[in-house]
Amino acid sequence: MIRLARRSPLAGAGALIVGLVIVAALAAPLLATTDPIDQDLTVALKPPFWAEDGSLRHPLGTDHLGRDVYSRLIYGAQISLTISVLAAFLGAVVGVVAGLVAGYLGGWVDAVIMRLTDLNLAFPLILLALAVVALLGANLKNLVIVMAITTWMIYARVVRGLSLGLREREFVQAARALGAHDARIIARHVLPNVLAPVMVIWTLEVARIILMESALSFLGLGVPPPTPTWGRMLAEGRDYLTVAGWIAVFPGLAILFTVLGINFLGDGLRDLLDPRLRRQT
Amino acid sequence: MRAYIAGRLATAVLVILGVSIVSFFLTFLTGDPAEIMLPPGATAAQIEKFRAEWGFDDPIIVQYWRFLKRAVHGDFGISLRHGQQSLPLIAARLPATLQLTVTAMLLAIALAVPLGVLAATHRGGPIDLLAMGVALVGQSVPNFWLAIMMILLFAVSWGLLPTSGRGGVAHVVMPAAAIAINLMALLTRLVRSTMIEMLSEDYVRTARAKGLRELFVTSRHALPNALIPLVTVVGLQFGYILGGAVVIETIFTWPGVGLFTIQAILNRDYPVVQASVFILATAVVLINLTVDLLYVWLDPRIRVT
Repeated sequence: MIRLARRSPLAGAGALIVGLVIVAALAAPLLATTDPIDQDLTVALKPPFWAEDGSLRHPLGTDHLGRDVYSRLIYGAQISLTISVLAAFLGAVVGVVAGLVAGYLGGWVDAVIMRLTDLNLAFPLILLALAVVALLGANLKNLVIVMAITTWMIYARVVRGLSLGLREREFVQAARALGAHDARIIARHVLPNVLAPVMVIWTLEVARIILMESALSFLGLGVPPPTPTWGRMLAEGRDYLTVAGWIAVFPGLAILFTVLGINFLGDGLRDLLDPRLRRQT
Repeated sequence: MRAYIAGRLATAVLVILGVSIVSFFLTFLTGDPAEIMLPPGATAAQIEKFRAEWGFDDPIIVQYWRFLKRAVHGDFGISLRHGQQSLPLIAARLPATLQLTVTAMLLAIALAVPLGVLAATHRGGPIDLLAMGVALVGQSVPNFWLAIMMILLFAVSWGLLPTSGRGGVAHVVMPAAAIAINLMALLTRLVRSTMIEMLSEDYVRTARAKGLRELFVTSRHALPNALIPLVTVVGLQFGYILGGAVVIETIFTWPGVGLFTIQAILNRDYPVVQASVFILATAVVLINLTVDLLYVWLDPRIRVT
């Protein structure tokens, strides 16, 4: 990480932020001051500790049910990270395989896969995700699958473009001349050469999925209660904006902070791993 | 050229056909659409009757064909909640959504172009750093949170702007800004990087060598070319902007298609959801098609090949 920070301060800062969020999620039981779903109406709507009425017992205040905002934030990180990391991974596996096959084989396979990506890109993704989650039911598994549906085509398109070029390169031609199978060539010669951009996309997609998952949760279609999620905390806080603004402020800051960190990391990685990609935003 | 346009049109038709298949199958995700559409307490006899009435007993292919035939005629079925045809219900809310999304796009472009150009011409300087900082934060901020914070600040604390509904210009400011922020960030980065590229082109050097003023070189020689990729990206982002509108309309109770669709999703009003998903996705396809054709016209280099 220190080496990373020296070569790219932005990526270093990103790695630090992301590291903090991961630690918070993993060590949630140790870091939380109270149980995140414990309700205590006697301390409902307490402000953060720096306010006159606040206390260190609830450092970031409490919500309308007296639940500790700080502890809920820490536990909320678990949900956001789990869904986004798994979904981005699932989407990457599907997208990379589709892209490799399309780019390497070409022909009608390529045409079919590319039209599928066109089709997928045509939908306002959040609308599709909302409709599917509403039908299938909002739980961790369905959310991961739905989010993966919103991300696979991005990998597919980039990987296809790259493998089109790689197919014509000498080392691939040589492998083919030696009688290697298509599957072997794809796995041993093409795949390793597309992994760097895939890493970069993966990072940036994790950030995008965190935003989307929290939007879904905000609209009431995230992981169901009582599990604390950032999006739902925000939605609940919205009803108390005038009396207890902090309930809505902190989950938003948590999302912003996390996504910013991941974007820093992704941008930094892009500059380090693949200068050719630097121009694309 | 003609072959390219024909190919592009054929692709668009294919994708719209795909859109119709996805919209159609949305109701089959849980297995039995009758169970989704009827209230939870429905008896077996009621479900049976409903299935027969709606033709859910027919083979899927037959049902899809019927759906497609009706959809072509603008018939997406009667809204379960409103008792009227779905399409006119959506069409009535389209102007509100268009007003919001177009305002957001214009706002994003109006902010991103000067910011990106300034960042490019002052590359590495404080203006550049500031612009890139704004872009990075703008890209990462959850727009629904920004919307709530704006409400807290401009409506609750200062009482400057209305919090909900559609009316005069004041009503559109906050929702449009909330939708615009992510796009603005993306476009700022895009304008900056293409401007940097353009400013190092030969024709810019020639213009400078002729003794033209820098402002003239930037605005008349480099900028027009840097704006071409902007057209594509704005077009490609249209689906994303519509998605943003779905969330933001809910927060500001903006009477558009997004709010209407979310309510339909939550009420399991599936004829409306189908119609809305189909209409919005088709709109995205048509806009991307327009952008691609526009691109041919804008960039003569593509026209030749």
